[in-house]
Amino acid sequence: MAKVKPRVKVPKKVSKGEIIEIKTLISHAMESGQRKDKKTGELIPRKIINKFTAKFEDEVVFASDWHPAISANPYMSFHFRAEKSGAFNFEWMDDDGTVYAKKAKLKVSG
Amino acid sequence: MSRMVKFASVLLGLGLLVTAGARADDDAADWGAFQVGDLRSGYTFAIPETRAMQDDDFENPGFLWLDDGAEQWETADGAAGKACVDCHGDAADSMAAVGATYPVYAPEIGKPINIEQRINQCRVERMDAKPWKWESRELLAMTIFVKNQSAGEAVDVALSDDLMPFYNDGKAFYEQRRGQLDMACAHCHIENAGAQLRANVLSQGQPNGFPLYRLKWQNVGSLHRRFRGCNSQVRAEPFAYGSDEYVNLELFLTHRANGLPVETPAVRN
Amino acid sequence: MTTTQVSGTVATRRQVLVGIGAAGIAAATMSVFAPLARAEFESIDEALKATLGSAVPAEGRIELDVPQIAENGNVVPIGFDIDSPMTADDYVKSAHVFADGNPNPDVASVHFTPACGAAICATRMRLAKTQNIIVIAEMSDGSFYTAKTEVKVTIGGCGG
Repeated sequence: MAKVKPRVKVPKKVSKGEIIEIKTLISHAMESGQRKDKKTGELIPRKIINKFTAKFEDEVVFASDWHPAISANPYMSFHFRAEKSGAFNFEWMDDDGTVYAKKAKLKVSG
Repeated sequence: MSRMVKFASVLLGLGLLVTAGARADDDAADWGAFQVGDLRSGYTFAIPETRAMQDDDFENPGFLWLDDGAEQWETADGAAGKACVDCHGDAADSMAAVGATYPVYAPEIGKPINIEQRINQCRVERMDAKPWKWESRELLAMTIFVKNQSAGEAVDVALSDDLMPFYNDGKAFYEQRRGQLDMACAHCHIENAGAQLRANVLSQGQPNGFPLYRLKWQNVGSLHRRFRGCNSQVRAEPFAYGSDEYVNLELFLTHRANGLPVETPAVRN
Repeated sequence: MTTTQVSGTVATRRQVLVGIGAAGIAAATMSVFAPLARAEFESIDEALKATLGSAVPAEGRIELDVPQIAENGNVVPIGFDIDSPMTADDYVKSAHVFADGNPNPDVASVHFTPACGAAICATRMRLAKTQNIIVIAEMSDGSFYTAKTEVKVTIGGCGG
């Protein structure tokens, strides 16, 4: 598995009022808790990212609760109506309390 | 695994194993660069959703490892304090042909060498660093990064006289029956490519997208990992990663794929 | 820290831990209280009851996009587009995705705001076998809509 690394894709040339697609991807095993260790027969404990939030200028605009049925290296895309330029802050919360974060700027013209 | 046992007991003979039938878009007109004469990339056997995942650099999970590889390229490692970039500069230039032309003959070892082995050879002999383990995150990332520099280029393995004995060895392996199921690679991937094996459509087993992100693995993996899986599934003892058998097989297969585009990192089932 | 135990399978038991050292993990920040996501439901009936209460969802407005036959059950792309003006007075609050044949039916819950402009979302899910994908959309006016599609998940040809 790759190191836990988030990536986001925010469109570059955006006009005011345009509804854009934001894509996110994070490398994470999303261990479901259903798999057994081949050698010991023990269940490998669950360890997933259970929440994703997207904030624009510090306000939550989109959020999602994830369960073990979300595939490894989870991908999620959503839409956003671009009214003004500003900063996105994306966060992924791991079962163990770790928060992975990524920022992105949005430039809106017009 | 009970599924395997059930399958083996159902298997009565090669003729009953495979049923005619193919995906609707199999006869789909134009596969563009993904088909060269009779050669068809695994891309053409995948469903549209899987192809879409490969086509988008952002959505393709393999690119997570490619990014790691790009970072590793610039990171010094080993007692010599060198990073790949120190000798090789911009990978887009220095590695441009590697993905399309390997395996090549390595006179210093008297046999073919593949990309994973060349990376480790460099690490040990020139960087004074430890070799990376097969299927380690680092080796996969670096192999993907290097091979991706040739993405879109046609595979072009040249068979010199030196390589012929190894090529022939690989070809013999491909045609040799093995395992409890007594099957050769050729049975599925040449004689029955395009046909249905239970719910799977058999591809030609082309290597041009490796290392690739396999949905089944939910991870990237090397060509040799796929070989080991295939050998296990006909109930044959798999060979070691980087074994002569597999490097020769890789040589044979990659030459067979000449003309198809390098797709690393591809996305397959 | 509190240990949260959920009855049922071992897989759903988990603990909320005080933030662990995040050294070596790029871009990670410490969080003292990890928000504990809702525990998974045990059955699709339980999931639907908990989500809908006594409400009866209407059909329509949800365009659900999943392959008819999954290439591999581990990674099945899913997308949905819910028809809504997405204004402050009229928007899709949440969409809940369930898979009725998995060990637990929960896949994801998605929470929109009017700022989204469109109630469109895509992700990738794991499906253990052939089953129905059910999406429940919760509107800002309290109404519910639903859509359901079957996805076939097969065992590979070589048993793997």
